[in-house]
Amino acid sequence: MDINEVELSTTPDAEAIAALQLGDIVYLNGLLYTAREGVYTRALDEKANLPMDLPSESATNFHCSPAATIREDGSFDMGAVTATASFRFAKWLPEWMEKTGAKLIIGKGGMNSAAYKEYFVPNGAVYLSTVGYGTGALLGRGIEKVEAVHWEPELGIAQAMWVIRCKRMGPFIVASDLDGNCLFERENAKIAKNLERVYEGTRPAVLKRFGETDDREDELIG
Amino acid sequence: MIPIAVIQETAEALMDKAAIEIPEDYHNGLKAVAKVETGSLSGYVIKAMLDNYDAAKEDRCAMCGDTGTPRWYVKMGNETTIEGGPVALEAALRSATANSTKRVPLRPNRVHPLWRTDHNNNVGIGAPEIEYAYEPGGEWIDLITVHKGGLFGTDYRMLFPSDGIEGIKRFYLDTLVAFGKRGLACQPAIIGIGLGGCKDTCMVLGKRAACLRVVGSKNPDPKIAELEAEFKQLGNSIGMGAMGFVGNSMVVDCHIEVGYCHTGGMQMSMHAFCLSSRRAVARIFADSRVEYRTDPDWFTDYQRRETVGWEGVETADEATV
Ligand code: SF4
Repeated sequence: MDINEVELSTTPDAEAIAALQLGDIVYLNGLLYTAREGVYTRALDEKANLPMDLPSESATNFHCSPAATIREDGSFDMGAVTATASFRFAKWLPEWMEKTGAKLIIGKGGMNSAAYKEYFVPNGAVYLSTVGYGTGALLGRGIEKVEAVHWEPELGIAQAMWVIRCKRMGPFIVASDLDGNCLFERENAKIAKNLERVYEGTRPAVLKRFGETDDREDELIG
Repeated sequence: MIPIAVIQETAEALMDKAAIEIPEDYHNGLKAVAKVETGSLSGYVIKAMLDNYDAAKEDRCAMCGDTGTPRWYVKMGNETTIEGGPVALEAALRSATANSTKRVPLRPNRVHPLWRTDHNNNVGIGAPEIEYAYEPGGEWIDLITVHKGGLFGTDYRMLFPSDGIEGIKRFYLDTLVAFGKRGLACQPAIIGIGLGGCKDTCMVLGKRAACLRVVGSKNPDPKIAELEAEFKQLGNSIGMGAMGFVGNSMVVDCHIEVGYCHTGGMQMSMHAFCLSSRRAVARIFADSRVEYRTDPDWFTDYQRRETVGWEGVETADEATV
């Protein structure tokens, strides 16, 4: 299979998003912002006013905490950027996407197809995953400028809302499409066929754990 | 006596090295994996990782934006003394951690578990961890920093002798498959397995097996070394690769370390040292000479000893006879 590479704006139009296919490699141009539990809690639960004009300035939300410092003169030093696992933010994402018009959610690991169908597709949005997750130095090269950091005093460096101007930042990989398909689920299904064979010659543990049974009245011995 | 200024200076240099430079053994291990990876997406990911290591070195920037939870392993020769004593040593390691967080920069990952307080320097209660070991003879100190990443890929289970190797394999596969999906463990990884000890020591053994042994090293017990090879092969036959895509690269190497355990149990822990397998090592001698290396050389014969005493070292029993 050949790998297809595309460049995309961080405020992409509907056509550009519709053209993306699972497994495509994406490089981004434009403004993106970081937002994770700290920003979501402050904006959605505590109803603080958003410090940016969304989605006109940016429709790209990166689940990320950069390795960065704020220098004494107020300028920024940002090296590597790496995504953090997105499934933990499912609680806030539907409301966030509706409020901010985010079209590209970037993070680690993606969501499940139910989430894609329920609130990504209706918002015309797709999920991009960072590649290998650990490619922070490569992504760092795509930073043209750190434009601002919002809510740093309240949330700290890791949780603050960083606004980054990027130039060919990537690689990212398209992990969902406008039909709500999920790249990771597609791969899991292929791998699952092999698992029975791999597990041959292994044995379940004699002492079970809750979670392996959800009946709390069960005995756990073997 | 080892001067404290040299310790702090070396510790700072190590923090940078660990964050920026992928250790050679893991780098070579991943290149070998790249050659045999057949999955196209997984292969693409590994290639991107190899490019990323080069970019990090060229730009002197952290290889991964999540710079993990920096910690220290300290080893000393039996005759070593430190200027200012152990308290000065710990202060130096804490300072180096804080200073390097700002300088590299590293991500200030360490927060209070409940109040989420972040000092923005990776220092706090119990952070960075500092662990110690000693070796017979010599006046030197080894400083090892490990910046292990990953909230995922680690697990513990109380197994029993009747679970046998089949039970160990099951838990091994369960952990790889569970955390390998979507690549949560950021594989291909160095997998460390701890067997035995007590629950806490079992976790410690597994973590050290992952973080303090280099790719290609073998357990000195030939039967355990065979298991390591078998487990590596087994992990790579799941059909999964980088990011949980179809492929055949989960395990760059598998290391097993054992400790004597309760007669009724067979504790097992699993640890995955991720695509950013960050460690850096230096030995400082009494004359302030510093030698950098990437092999922690932690598991010496002395660390794995089974006997009461040690060759050439008198025990108190013998001394009083
Ligand atoms: S697990 Fe390792 S490679 Fe992955 S994001 Fe964390 S530090 Fe980076």
